Amino acid sequence: MNALPTIEPLRPDLQLIGDMIEPNSRVLDVGCGDGALLAYLAQEKSVDARGVELSHEGVNSCVTLGLSVIQGDADTDLADYPSGAFDYVVLGQTLQATRSPKDVLETLVRIGRHAVVSFVNFGHWRTRLSLMLNGRVPVPAGNQHGWHDNPDIHLCTVLDFVDLCEELGLKIDKGLSLDRHNQVRQIKTGSHMANLRGEQAIFLLHRE
Amino acid sequence: MTDSIVTLNPIANGELPGHQTQLGGDTPLCLDSGAILGPYTIAYQTYGTLNADKSNAILVCHALTGDQFPADIHPITGKGGWWELMIGPGKVIDTDRFFVICTNVLGGCMGTTGPSSIDPKTGKPYGLDFPVITIGDMVRAQAMLIDHLGIEKLFCVIGGSMGAMQVLEWASKYGDRLYAAVPIAGAPRHSAQNIAFHEVGRQAIMADPDWCQGNYIPEGKRPRRGLAVARMEAHITYLSEPALHRKFGRRLQGRDEVTYGFDADFEVESYLRHQGSTFVERFDANSYLYITRAMDYFDMAAEHDDILAHAFRDTKVRFCVVSFSSDWLYPTVESRTVVHALNAVAANVSFLEVQTDKGHDAFLLDEPVFHETLSGFIDGTIRHSGLSL
Repeated sequence: MNALPTIEPLRPDLQLIGDMIEPNSRVLDVGCGDGALLAYLAQEKSVDARGVELSHEGVNSCVTLGLSVIQGDADTDLADYPSGAFDYVVLGQTLQATRSPKDVLETLVRIGRHAVVSFVNFGHWRTRLSLMLNGRVPVPAGNQHGWHDNPDIHLCTVLDFVDLCEELGLKIDKGLSLDRHNQVRQIKTGSHMANLRGEQAIFLLHRE
Repeated sequence: MTDSIVTLNPIANGELPGHQTQLGGDTPLCLDSGAILGPYTIAYQTYGTLNADKSNAILVCHALTGDQFPADIHPITGKGGWWELMIGPGKVIDTDRFFVICTNVLGGCMGTTGPSSIDPKTGKPYGLDFPVITIGDMVRAQAMLIDHLGIEKLFCVIGGSMGAMQVLEWASKYGDRLYAAVPIAGAPRHSAQNIAFHEVGRQAIMADPDWCQGNYIPEGKRPRRGLAVARMEAHITYLSEPALHRKFGRRLQGRDEVTYGFDADFEVESYLRHQGSTFVERFDANSYLYITRAMDYFDMAAEHDDILAHAFRDTKVRFCVVSFSSDWLYPTVESRTVVHALNAVAANVSFLEVQTDKGHDAFLLDEPVFHETLSGFIDGTIRHSGLSL
């Protein structure tokens, strides 16, 4: 009864994030969903794993797994953490849903020595082609919403994100892109190819 | 007119179930007010068995009008315990695994020393000579009992409402004596609105001529009407508008038409009158004054330059904070204030706002999401603590 539940294989993007995190570190996962990544990190890497999640269902599932997760949101519930409280702060597929991505990003690198940020790349060639051919706002695969009720209010491309990091003086330690065939590529900063070919992007950053 | 003795007879006759221990004989309790109290009696109940290394103890803290019988038949009312949904074999607080302790708070009226107890100096009930107590004093008294039981570190301290205040106080003052803290539907301080509601209740009691300036026991009286009104008013704050509406709507009580009078025409009136009249059978009016006062004085940040986070500096305690969406007495924002303070000290904290329309009392009711979450938290804490329970 006291053993951690068996961990199912992680979603490929979460696995890439998990691989960036050093064992025995302190991790805060912002938008941790059902706690899959945190549970993996706690069990496989002996990480001190904490989470923030907006949905009641997510928090319930996480705490039921024995994880330490608070109900809250990235825009309003991170401010109180002291600087350097975590080794890594993870923001997986959540940046685009925040009211102020810039402030959130700054907070991530303040409270974490590193930030790991992943997002759906709006610069992917399918997205571009979809807008050109259909003349309608592209909605990434798997997203059930229309343009008017999409919680993803601040979509960005790989190039946009790299620009913002530069503006905020953040150093990108690692950039990976992932496509629907789970092909992983290194993102070279400023590369237009990565912006075309990556459906998802994952960056490891810190404040210089 | 000795009905106070009659109705509280299990206590007066020394027939109270559970345990009663006299403490503070050598080292009396130094109260926040500066007064000294001792010796004093703590009445408590336990469930389950304390293990050999005394590591499986859970302290349950009761709310304003609760008592030490969360999972027992109540010795006066004969009704089930106030948290029997939560505590028992195989339940969330599993008495097959844990040793559960619940004490009647200092100032209470179920066997722990309070204003209706006999003052050894005078041989008469304390009445208003009982010193004003605080949540801190209640917890200090509990800690002396935990010492007395030889328990170095509690596995968990848990409670709702005023119980949550005691939990926070435990975590702040005795952080190295508990692994986990679960404050439910609580607040780090009493708001002006909370104080205001309590003041109405106290005024109702004190306006009853049978209160006799607090001296009703020697006078052979009891301020039943005042205490009943206090209970009726407070009871409304424990519910929510949707819950009241669902339960009663505008339905009439045992009649087809309104009577154009001041009888209990409406079901909700009849319900409140019943709540009031049954409450006075089991609760002491002066205890109600003292305990509401203790809650009003509660303000954790006050002794830390108004910075709540400082109350939890370097805490190693694992927290699970729970609030209920329709609780307007201690609304979610109060719990969130606690969570933010705990974040500021990078504490290990979980927080859930349970979606329910049952109001403040939801913590006592069947709320599956709440119970599931708590079970998971307890299991997680066992793993985290490295204890083999």
